[in-house]
Amino acid sequence: MLGLVIRTPWSRIGEILTSETALTALRLSLMVAMAAAAISFVTGFPLALALARGSFRGKTLVRTLVVLPLVMPPVVAGVGLLAAFGRRGVLGSWLYEWFGVQIVFTTWAAVLAATFVSFPLAVLALEAGMRGLDERLEDAASTLGASRWYVLRRVTVPLMGPQIAAALVLAWARALGEFGATITFAGNLQGRTQTLPLAVFERLQTDPEAAFAISMLLIAVAFAVILALRGRFLR
Amino acid sequence: MTLAVDVVVRRDDFSVRAAFEAQPGETLALLGPNGSGKSTLVDAIAGLLPPSEGSVILDGTALDDTTHPAHVTPDRRPIGVVFQDLLLFPHLSALENVAFPLRARGVPASEARDRARRLLERLEVDGRAGARPRELSGGEAQRVALARALVPAPTLLLLDEPLSALDASARPRIRDLLRRELRAFDGVRILVTHDPVEASSLADRLVILEHGEVTQIDTPEQVRTAPRTRYAADLVGVNAFLGRLEPSEDGAGRLVTDDGEIVVPWPEWDVDGDVIAIVRPADITLWLEQPTGSARNVTRGTVTSVSVEGDRARVRIKSAPSLVAEVTTGSVERLGLREGAEVWASFKAVEVELYPA
Repeated sequence: MLGLVIRTPWSRIGEILTSETALTALRLSLMVAMAAAAISFVTGFPLALALARGSFRGKTLVRTLVVLPLVMPPVVAGVGLLAAFGRRGVLGSWLYEWFGVQIVFTTWAAVLAATFVSFPLAVLALEAGMRGLDERLEDAASTLGASRWYVLRRVTVPLMGPQIAAALVLAWARALGEFGATITFAGNLQGRTQTLPLAVFERLQTDPEAAFAISMLLIAVAFAVILALRGRFLR
Repeated sequence: MTLAVDVVVRRDDFSVRAAFEAQPGETLALLGPNGSGKSTLVDAIAGLLPPSEGSVILDGTALDDTTHPAHVTPDRRPIGVVFQDLLLFPHLSALENVAFPLRARGVPASEARDRARRLLERLEVDGRAGARPRELSGGEAQRVALARALVPAPTLLLLDEPLSALDASARPRIRDLLRRELRAFDGVRILVTHDPVEASSLADRLVILEHGEVTQIDTPEQVRTAPRTRYAADLVGVNAFLGRLEPSEDGAGRLVTDDGEIVVPWPEWDVDGDVIAIVRPADITLWLEQPTGSARNVTRGTVTSVSVEGDRARVRIKSAPSLVAEVTTGSVERLGLREGAEVWASFKAVEVELYPA
């Protein structure tokens, strides 16, 4: 990190970060990360609920599958996504034939790749939050005439506010930094799939100083995330 | 609007078997020591824990029935529950907590808030409407929880240990408030408690629960006169006097009740408000003639009942104040104790235990 601080061209940093390519990558990165965090949250919430509360066969298997993307190399995730959603992929060929939709090498592919790696973090953070919740409060709500849906909306979700925020921030941060799965599955197309980490990678070969500057930006974001989570997850 | 409970409820490896009925307009206390199964029964009646056998029938409707399988979910039961730990929603203000049951039933926000506010006024806690639960005192939180249970106008009110979380100084006012609200509530009232004094002072009938079994269902008076178990005898079957404590000349105190006076030791704690005095029936001695001795409390009365349990007998005496004494069956014969007999009763002031009301 120190090396990065020393090598960063502080005099040029403003110019680099406001350059057209950097701004495009930044905009795309923010969008992709937000979309990935949102999708991870919406799909992860019911799954976390089932993992925290439910008792069903194969729960261990489900949990293993959820955590898997955390430990497997992102490039493998990218290859997997390619196998599923590529033009000749299992789902991809079907999507293309029936709807004329091609995901690979589009912004959607970048979102999908980022979601794939941020989803486990969201589920784990939400599940931990649910386990910390006093279920008796939900019981009390139901004796007060609240349907299950109303309890979820007015009691469970509000009480989990901090954990939901943490899950979103973690998922967002992980999505923002995603590289391997994105470059494999979505490619490196400026304006469509070239997020900040991809921009760093590319710039390193042509203009190392610019790569350092963009890296500093990503570090700054990481710091901001830690600050935002302080007192919630980290003490 | 009768509640008829006849269930076996299992939780983990513990099971509770109970059968009782509660009539509208009466307060029924489920009384038992900790671990006797009271809270399990509360959860069963509230619908949170379906019974493994039997039925819960309210007003002719089966809320639970294992023979004609039926289970009404908690949100569809006309039951207002005040839980032991209150379970106020920490993220909502007192007012929003009370409005919650109405909002859950689709009442528009402004009307729900109005009704909630009126109820908070009646329970004298409207000044704290905007406060979060953690900012409320024990007594305030108890009032808010009661308001929240009452606001949807349930037909059954279920209070689980409503006074246990309060410190001694807040207890008398909440007890008075509960007495008032229970009286005003015209459905079935069930009070769950481990405190015999609380049960006797608020309930019309007691259902005594021990180790997951009902051991006695009677009025407090009947339990005092003829307790069926050791627990009932030791804890419920005591003479309890509620009154005002006045200092007497020699450092002792006089407890003035509606039903006469007794001499008691002056308590070591600061007296503030009413006091409850407990006299164990076995500590009372009966005489055919006025005794002259060291006992400070001597009173004359008429025997109204004698009930024999093994080699012990409980003798009820109409006197000022009225007493229940426990004597041996030998004494009953020797003294010729029977209904209508005139006796003297005595007990020492030091044998009286005092508690803040």
